[in-house]
Amino acid sequence: MTTADRLVVPGYRRDDADAHPPLRSPDYKSTMLRAPSQAPLLLPHTLTEVTGPLLGEGRVTAADSDLTRHAGGEAQGQRIVVHGQVRDSDGRPVPDTLVEVWQANAGGRYLHKWDQHDSPLDPHFTGVGRVLTDSLGRYRFVTIKPGAYPWRNHHNAWRPAHIHLSLFGRAFTQRLVTQMYFPDDPLFPYDPIYNSVPEAARHRMVSRFDLSATVEEWALGFEFDIVLRGREATPMEES
Amino acid sequence: MTYTPSQTVGPYLSIGLPWPDGPDVVTEGVPGAFRLHGVVTDGAGDPIPDALVETWQADPAGRFDHPDDPRGAVSGFRGFGRCPTDDSGRYWIRTLKPGAVPGPDGAPQAPHIDVSVFARGLLHRVVTRVYFADEEAANATDAILTGVPENRRATLLAVPDETGYRFDIRLQGDDETVFFAV
Repeated sequence: MTTADRLVVPGYRRDDADAHPPLRSPDYKSTMLRAPSQAPLLLPHTLTEVTGPLLGEGRVTAADSDLTRHAGGEAQGQRIVVHGQVRDSDGRPVPDTLVEVWQANAGGRYLHKWDQHDSPLDPHFTGVGRVLTDSLGRYRFVTIKPGAYPWRNHHNAWRPAHIHLSLFGRAFTQRLVTQMYFPDDPLFPYDPIYNSVPEAARHRMVSRFDLSATVEEWALGFEFDIVLRGREATPMEES
Repeated sequence: MTYTPSQTVGPYLSIGLPWPDGPDVVTEGVPGAFRLHGVVTDGAGDPIPDALVETWQADPAGRFDHPDDPRGAVSGFRGFGRCPTDDSGRYWIRTLKPGAVPGPDGAPQAPHIDVSVFARGLLHRVVTRVYFADEEAANATDAILTGVPENRRATLLAVPDETGYRFDIRLQGDDETVFFAV
């Protein structure tokens, strides 16, 4: 066996039950038949887990970070700028990482065959965006503020306005899909998806109104920083 | 710093996540390419039509095209596949069998593919690993696979069939797939 084969690289910090929702969350009914019933087994972090797809180059154009223009026209709704920094839990920026975005339109309607919400589609809005973080882990995209929409989880159930965000980071361990919410949404107390997260961590999913990112006579700014898992504090030594 | 919480991809993930070439870890016609495919089912045994399966693996030499592979990056092998499930809960990717990757003890691991599953109703991804049923010798010495209770190990084995390998994912219930905390 060569030296290289014996090389053990540092692992990543483990997920934190204080940050993430339990898979089985009875108030969110779809979890009941989909959450595994057996406890997960601990997977050591080998090279497969500490590496991951480094995607984006050639997959993202400048137009992908502006969701407000499509098919020769401008989307209806409140134009907003969403920006923030992606860091790991040690505070290190995560550069050049792909951020994928999808959302409902201003009326709370998704461009999807299963969405039957009685609210019109917008011919100038698909709700899909992509952006790469820069060398300091910063990202920025322009969109419209999504509307709240009804779903059938329980009587008179409405989702608070949110934008879906998907991130890869630099390793398989860092993969994250989350939802960004807007400040002071009156629907928060009633939403089982938002409330599935431990109470102390919920505010980390809520963006902040940002006057400095607000563009005069054009768009409101919102800041949303994202924290992925960092490296283990005490790396395993090479044997 | 504290992590950003995970949230479900919801029912409309196919707006934002699939790519036209998502299933193509390698393109059609590459020697040795096969389809890894299967069905994602729930605790009632029903197919899940709003899931996304993602895969990450080494190339056939056991290398990753990544700067943290200390043996030097290998260019050209994407290593990543993603496929939304169809209305019958089916997914597929086209790939090559990965080579041996060193394990936690330095000994080579059996060929394996890391898998993430996202879906409406999953508030966080679940992670599993594909091993190959026709790699009996390597599987028998793999530290991670042999650490799985013997009566559940078969849930991690992709079984050869006419197009490649079949790997079904059962999120819950009898014969539930083994999932890992990563």
